Amino acid sequence: MSIKLEHVNYIYSPGTAYEIHALKDVSLEIGEGQFIGLIGHTGSGKSTLVQHLNGLVKATSGHIYFHGEDIYSPGYDMRRLRSRVGLVFQYPEHQLFEIDVFTDVCFGPKNLGLTQKEVQLRAFEALRQVGFPEEYFYQSPFDLSGGQKRRAAIAGVLAMRPEVLILDEPTAGLDPRGRDEILDQIAKLKRETGITVVLVSHSMEDIARYVDRIIVMNRGSVMFDDIPRKVFGHVKELEAVGLAAPQVTYIMQALRDKGMAVHTDVTTLEEAEREILKALGK
Amino acid sequence: MLRDITLGQYYQAESVIHRLDPRVKLVGTILYIISLFLFDHFTGYVAAAVFLIIVIRLSGVPFRYMVKGMKAIVFLLLLTMVFNLFLTPGETLVQFWKLTITKEGLRIAIFMAIRLTFLIIGSSLMTLTTTPNNLTDGMEKLMNPLKKVKVPVHEIAMMMSIALRFIPILMEETDKIMKAQIARGADFESGNIVKKAKALVPLLVPLFVSAFRRANDLAMAMEARCYQGGEGRTKMKPLQYKKRDFLAYAYLGCYVGIVLLIRKIGILP
Repeated sequence: MSIKLEHVNYIYSPGTAYEIHALKDVSLEIGEGQFIGLIGHTGSGKSTLVQHLNGLVKATSGHIYFHGEDIYSPGYDMRRLRSRVGLVFQYPEHQLFEIDVFTDVCFGPKNLGLTQKEVQLRAFEALRQVGFPEEYFYQSPFDLSGGQKRRAAIAGVLAMRPEVLILDEPTAGLDPRGRDEILDQIAKLKRETGITVVLVSHSMEDIARYVDRIIVMNRGSVMFDDIPRKVFGHVKELEAVGLAAPQVTYIMQALRDKGMAVHTDVTTLEEAEREILKALGK
Repeated sequence: MLRDITLGQYYQAESVIHRLDPRVKLVGTILYIISLFLFDHFTGYVAAAVFLIIVIRLSGVPFRYMVKGMKAIVFLLLLTMVFNLFLTPGETLVQFWKLTITKEGLRIAIFMAIRLTFLIIGSSLMTLTTTPNNLTDGMEKLMNPLKKVKVPVHEIAMMMSIALRFIPILMEETDKIMKAQIARGADFESGNIVKKAKALVPLLVPLFVSAFRRANDLAMAMEARCYQGGEGRTKMKPLQYKKRDFLAYAYLGCYVGIVLLIRKIGILP
């Protein structure tokens, strides 16, 4: 296992009128090489949770272990943890600051104290991994399109070669095409490098196609933690907390209600197609 | 990390002070601050303290909350005290090594500490009980006569209210960018001053970019709603003096009277 949380609680501004219990007794494990979707409504605590995973926010109580080591034990090297658990924030393009894209991507590995050659090698590799076009490498990051900016920012984290990559709403504010491109690129990266990926989102539709495990957060607690088809079986409960199953799940349920002999636990279009053809006897 | 700064933030409560016209509070605060610098003996500060305590009790803001906000300026306070204590010439009280504490120095240091503390509590009491919008409204109204001498009063008030509105937004943004850069291995804490200043570049550049972007968006949104300066602009809730405001002015007048009286006769040294 790579990251393990035990009874983690987090409270914002304790003891004041603005006190918020953001995480309530969260225990979970993130295994090596998993592709996890973390889903929840706005304010469910998902962003707070991922900031715990690389030690940016310290839990009010509870323990977090990375490769079996307690990250809150005295003398634990937080900076090393942050290079191994890469966190891409929401709207990551807002963190770009250098004169050109390549130099900006170099920022992360440079902070690790690597040689200049190694730094540039990693930056180059990271930009390739996110599919960033080579002709824009030396452009100012502020002149790029939204989708390209986001790729550059993700590359900035990838260049540190983390073992776990966490992306907080990587598709927020992108058009449908940009969204699919980014998600496909992440799935491809996952396939090629075997990196552990945690994808934070509030849209089931986005992540159902890609992940092999879904964690649903509600009001600071873990509500479901299972493989996608099992999670989507709880359509009613999901709707009650402002989430929804993917559209295909609804179609399959409607078909079965109309008397068609189909399984309803499909999560992708391809599976649905096969299931319907089978039911029609073709 | 930044959300703990309470100095000068509006505190929601139901109280007489909250309901007062912002103009009364502005005038009161200014008079109060001036009065603090008029005294040159302790009796005056007793009057100032009594006045302040009454207003605090009326405001419904917990005293603890105010003191918490004061933490940020304790350092400034101590620094002023130390400078006054050691650098005022006069009759020597204590002397060790090259440092001398004089009688006058001690007196001024204590006065300064009291003055600053009262000044900060007094003025934060105004911002604690007045929403930024109300405050700028009051300021605009008070400065209205200056329009005659071509002072862009409305524009100044608008700029102020926008600036105040943006403080929490930019603070949140700073927090976010800081975290994002720390996640990329940035180090804001260690190293000497030059290194620390250099480490701020990855924070400041995105912050400026974001501030400009927001300003641009806001300007666009204002223009889309036909904003064109103060000419002919009316208010949804125009400021109007009520009975309690006149009463407050009367109390304020009493305070100023007492202050002047104390200054004139100067009971006790």
